Amino acid sequence: MAAPLTLLLIVAVTIRAALFRSSLAELIAERVEVVSPITAWKRVVEGLALLDLGVSPYSGDVFHETPLIIYMFHFLVDYAEITFMVSLNKNIILKHFVVEFRKQKFALEADRYPMDSLELIRSPKEMYYIPLKVAMFYLLNPFTILSCVAKSTCGLNNAVLALFFLSTIKGNVLLSAIFLCLATYQSIYPITLCAPAMLYFMQRQYIPVNFRRVSFWWFIVQYLFMYLGSLFVLICLSFFLLGSWDYLPSVYGFILSVPDLTPNIGLFWYFFAEMFEHFRLFFLCVFQINVFFYTIPLSIKLKEHPVFLMFMQLAVISIFKSYPTVGDVALYLAFLPVWSHLHRFLRNIFLVSCVLLACSVLFPVLWHLWIYAGSANSNFYYAITLLFNVAQILLVSDYFYAFLRREHHLTNGLYLKRKDGSEATLILK
Amino acid sequence: MAAHRCSCSSWLFILFSLSVFVVADIHETTPVNDHHGGADHNAQTAEQTADQPAVEGRRWEATEVKEAATVDAAADTQGTSAPETVVPSSVPQPKDDFQEELVIRPLHSGDIYASFQFRTLWDTDFMRENKVSHYRLFPKSLGQVISKFSVRELHISFTQGYWRTMQWGQPFIPSPPGAELWVWFQDSVTDVDATWKELTNVLSGIFCASLNFIDSTNTVQPSASFKPLGIGNVTDHSFLRYATLPREIVCTENLTPWKKLLPCGSKAGLAVLLKSEKLFHSSFHSQAVHIRSVCQDWQCKTTSWELRQTVNSVFDLHNSGQAKREWSLFKMFSRTLTEACPLASSSKLYIDITDNPQGEQFELSPATSLLSQAVVLGDRRTFSVYDLTQETTFGSVRSLNLLIRWKSNEGYIHYEPSKDRVKPHLLEMLIQLPPNSVTEVTVQFERALLKWTEYPPDPNHGFYVGSSVISSLVPSTVAMDTNSTRERPLFSSFFPCKEESSYFVRIYTEPLLVNLPTPDFSMPYNVICLTCTVVAVGYGSLYNLLTRSFQIEEPNPGLAKRIANVIRKMRGVPPL
Repeated sequence: MAAPLTLLLIVAVTIRAALFRSSLAELIAERVEVVSPITAWKRVVEGLALLDLGVSPYSGDVFHETPLIIYMFHFLVDYAEITFMVSLNKNIILKHFVVEFRKQKFALEADRYPMDSLELIRSPKEMYYIPLKVAMFYLLNPFTILSCVAKSTCGLNNAVLALFFLSTIKGNVLLSAIFLCLATYQSIYPITLCAPAMLYFMQRQYIPVNFRRVSFWWFIVQYLFMYLGSLFVLICLSFFLLGSWDYLPSVYGFILSVPDLTPNIGLFWYFFAEMFEHFRLFFLCVFQINVFFYTIPLSIKLKEHPVFLMFMQLAVISIFKSYPTVGDVALYLAFLPVWSHLHRFLRNIFLVSCVLLACSVLFPVLWHLWIYAGSANSNFYYAITLLFNVAQILLVSDYFYAFLRREHHLTNGLYLKRKDGSEATLILK
Repeated sequence: MAAHRCSCSSWLFILFSLSVFVVADIHETTPVNDHHGGADHNAQTAEQTADQPAVEGRRWEATEVKEAATVDAAADTQGTSAPETVVPSSVPQPKDDFQEELVIRPLHSGDIYASFQFRTLWDTDFMRENKVSHYRLFPKSLGQVISKFSVRELHISFTQGYWRTMQWGQPFIPSPPGAELWVWFQDSVTDVDATWKELTNVLSGIFCASLNFIDSTNTVQPSASFKPLGIGNVTDHSFLRYATLPREIVCTENLTPWKKLLPCGSKAGLAVLLKSEKLFHSSFHSQAVHIRSVCQDWQCKTTSWELRQTVNSVFDLHNSGQAKREWSLFKMFSRTLTEACPLASSSKLYIDITDNPQGEQFELSPATSLLSQAVVLGDRRTFSVYDLTQETTFGSVRSLNLLIRWKSNEGYIHYEPSKDRVKPHLLEMLIQLPPNSVTEVTVQFERALLKWTEYPPDPNHGFYVGSSVISSLVPSTVAMDTNSTRERPLFSSFFPCKEESSYFVRIYTEPLLVNLPTPDFSMPYNVICLTCTVVAVGYGSLYNLLTRSFQIEEPNPGLAKRIANVIRKMRGVPPL
């Protein structure tokens, strides 16, 4: 496993290094699909320049990164490319470990199920290549390559999330809380990952998920204390770094209130560009609640399967966040090989992959037609945005369906028969 | 007896006064082409000294001056209290003399021009019947070439790169890219072409260059230009041969034999700086050898052979990977100077500070108090001088690493970034524009998409960005009147005049019309519906999966059976 992984790493680093040195790097760094106002490298450089000039970086509307990022890049600005590549490689090694630990869980489940559904369980031999596939899906994904070459800070965010996954799966509660807090500190949405993390730890420590048990609440209090404590420390540290609370409205206010309507691959920009002023606040609240809204129902349904819950949450965040980029999409796409055993139950995978591919190609084309050629208008780009998001939603719900169906087969047997003996079909009722 | 004593004492007095004048002369400013030896001229130079205090006299040809001094004080040699620089004629003239100098000129673009010159003067006659055999400072290979091929003048240069006159000014020793060789032969040569062919082959061996490709296809005999640079009557141009090989590439194999021709080689003196890995990492570098006969004195009674070896190079600021404008000997040559060549009679380092009179553009360290002026290329330039023959130049660390640091004239920058829908950008800069230059200020911007209500009624016209303003105090050629209350026409009294030598001017640039991308203004309701539909698709599919469970599908019973089931349910009987 080490040799193919190393080879893969070398190939990935070579591709990125080659692109860094070419003239494409500047072109890619300007693409709206790859960078957003929160993650653009140009804005980080601007913020650093403002800091050097003695002006607060948050006094204008250009810079929306957290103070820790400024200070990190203050020292690393000359080594920016290397930083991004290191975070990328860390990302991949962590996912590798994540998948290793998933194997153990599968082995435990084998004896609980009826005989004919054993073919649904994966043998360790089948699972041997999954870490490599995950690494390949992430490293060689064009979305990740573009995101890394553009030096978008989304890569750093993904690295922190990967660290969170690793520490959660390894069972380290404190580290998991700290990394989750770092991820939340950068963009607010990962707070919804608290629920799957807590469920995973409870499962691991054999605490039953029951509202009436004290141990359940005690664990939640512990975890939340660690999480909120580190968040508090980070926020105060940021205050002391820059000496003012300026960054709160610039970073979190910006993410939540969406004042910048630059086109991206998400749903927010055109919606709020065409919104009647009277209803703006209402729809803003609706769209933001939409991201956090699925946490509780999904947690209740998937309380036995926290890892899949993490995947679902991650996907929901990437689709519905206020400024999504292809880097966020690449993060949850990288986890798909972990659920490769669900392939036989997926219904729409061909359609979804075709639509995703077509949309990725059409994004730059229609952008060019709108902005540079002037022969299209904003509706063309908006339509492709809608289609891209529909395809993502279909993908996620398809995987959810497949997962639930597999669970049903695991408990009830694979080849179901109706009362009269003929083959049965399953529907959702 | 008394008359005799009187005449003796008068002679003594005349000689003494002459020697005093000579002493004063030597210590005063001596511009390059002045000739020495006249009392009236001494008076002139005395005046010049009064105007320019503490300026060291600069000599291009030291031996000439010494000759002049001794000619003036020829009659009396023992009685005068001669200072150390006047050589009494009882000591024999040094037959050969070696001088080395390095001139560093910072260029406007931040690049730096370094010019080395190594000169060996030798009072000998190569054309004598008995061959010259004892070589000291003059290289033997070149001496044998001169005598064997009866060369009157020889000029050879190897250059890599092209000299950019517009950006760098004029070089001290110009040269074309590639190799160039031009030779004047003596009148005694019978078959010039054969001699030329042999000469090129021998030089090709000496300099490890492919000069053997010089043949009749690339040799010419110019009649108007390339007149001899040394002494001698201008004779028939059939004794001149000129050839150039533009394709010749200069590499370390050419530099190494070139360095071997120097008396100290590359072991001491200024030649230690000539290391090929740094020297060839420059935009332009050229090495040349020039051999000619020169006069030893003003009357040109005796001649001597002069060999000049020169290296010109221009180091690129950006190529060297530096962010700041700062040059040092170590950065240019990856070496520092530790001593002068022991065989050199003078070893000096000149830095051109004409553009930096008060030290406001760049600063030199270590500082030096020696200054010199010279008229070169039609311009009088001032140089700071470091004399390497003196121990004090090297300081306590025993090495000289000259540092030229540019002072950043950042000026004052006031920048207020904009906040969307609250305030605009404000950028104010106080800058000093260097002379004869173009300054560009660029600002990167991104186009934003606004809310549909924020566009003006004709959104496709674009948005205007106001003019930039340049305010400046321009030097005035005419003295201005600072008294604003005096009766003046109205058109001359708008701007207040604070000082006489400059006037205030304000210039506005053109406004900018920027075309912003517009959303489709006819679609607000459609957009809201479509986006909400997509969100609803997500909500709907997840709701389905969350609230429903899998069940085996019961086939749909026929219509009759369904009605029967309904009736049975009403009766309370189990269905079919």
